[in-house]
Amino acid sequence: MHRIVVVDLGTGNLHSVAKAFEKVAPSAHVEVTSDLLRLEKADRVVLPGQGAIGSWFKALDERQLRNPVLSVLSSKPVLGICVGMQALFNRSEEDGGCEGFGLFDGEVRRFCRSVDRKPQLKVPHMGWNNVRQSSNHPIWRGISQDARFYFVHSYYALATQSSSVAATSDYGGKFVSAIARANIFAVQFHPEKSHEQGLKLLENFVCWDGDS
Amino acid sequence: MGLATRIIPCLDVDEGRVVKGVKFVDIRDAGDPVAVAKRYDQQMADEITFLDITASSSARDTMIDVVREVAAEVFIPLTVGGGIREIDDIHRLLLAGADKVSINTAAIDRPDLVSEASQYFGAQCIVVAIDAKRCGNHWEVFTHGGRKTTGIDAREWSVEMARRGAGEILLTSMDRDGTKDGFDLELTRTISDAVSIPVIASGGVGTLEHLAQGVLTGGADAVLAASIFHFGEYTIREAKTHMSQRGIEVNL
Repeated sequence: MHRIVVVDLGTGNLHSVAKAFEKVAPSAHVEVTSDLLRLEKADRVVLPGQGAIGSWFKALDERQLRNPVLSVLSSKPVLGICVGMQALFNRSEEDGGCEGFGLFDGEVRRFCRSVDRKPQLKVPHMGWNNVRQSSNHPIWRGISQDARFYFVHSYYALATQSSSVAATSDYGGKFVSAIARANIFAVQFHPEKSHEQGLKLLENFVCWDGDS
Repeated sequence: MGLATRIIPCLDVDEGRVVKGVKFVDIRDAGDPVAVAKRYDQQMADEITFLDITASSSARDTMIDVVREVAAEVFIPLTVGGGIREIDDIHRLLLAGADKVSINTAAIDRPDLVSEASQYFGAQCIVVAIDAKRCGNHWEVFTHGGRKTTGIDAREWSVEMARRGAGEILLTSMDRDGTKDGFDLELTRTISDAVSIPVIASGGVGTLEHLAQGVLTGGADAVLAASIFHFGEYTIREAKTHMSQRGIEVNL
């Protein structure tokens, strides 16, 4: 039986992630928790996140989870979602500049509400956008190229190492919508809100042994 | 390739039951929010909005149960509006499985609620609903289903709400709501141009072309409709096919 822990940092709709896992893996044990022991016992970990990255890291530190999460990121299959993906980069522009885990080379920037762009780029980037897979990662199994997933975010990632990019999307320019390396897979969109293809991705994560 | 325009069916819920007669041909219980939401999910709705029209606050807990049940079965974004007054109301709905909440009257009574909610939960889950009615050469914000004016200019109000951290605006024309004459395109264009957050057009949809015009002429980022979908006149898929034929990017 799989033990999946959704790390509870008190922000966002964590329960929909948990409910989606319960749907695709009825036999799995899914917990939304910030309990260290449970995190250690988990065989798969989900790092979700909504809202601002500064408060995300603050919540992590308040729960004394920074080191345990770093250790998980080097040992167990991890799925990062939204801010849970952005946190893996070197730094983010959000909240006046915020250091990330630095596990992936690149920066997180704000979508530009440029005045000369017609039509104007609305921020947040909200809705269903195409995801162009750039690797044959097991997590993409059974998901068609350019399938649409649900996005909602104001900041986006620019990776400097193309080998870690698992997918890109376009909103006023190309940005990174999925990254992968070793036991980590992380997405900018919300698979738990992305209909059947989102559930398929979560199912693939449950079956994935952490080898890319 | 690119971001798709969203089509959002809206359901009125009273004491836990969908009202305004949803008539799917092959659905056993048209009043059951879970059954109705599942049907829209199968039709490829991009999001679903529930409007809680329950009058008594004691029955509001029922809405929490509805959201919880729907969220366990339907994996697309859910927005809930109606009767939200405090941060705690938002918290409870989000915990139950709502992805966004829509705030209307409470934002007018206390605009700080929008700032606080956005700071606390993130702009992505705070929708501000604006009911606007034409008054001379501008639009005013109304409450109580269009019966009570606030004297606030709708354009200024939308800019103020965006500034305070609203993630999007649900804009309803009270002149058009229920008429089937189409969106107030001028209103939609005015608000959409005034803010840099997404605008959902609502009120007046009678045909599929109305939906397309909301985007092409009104500049809406999403379109919301109730009756044309509820009464089985059109499916969400048919709406998307039409919009696609009109050159609009949709999620089909």
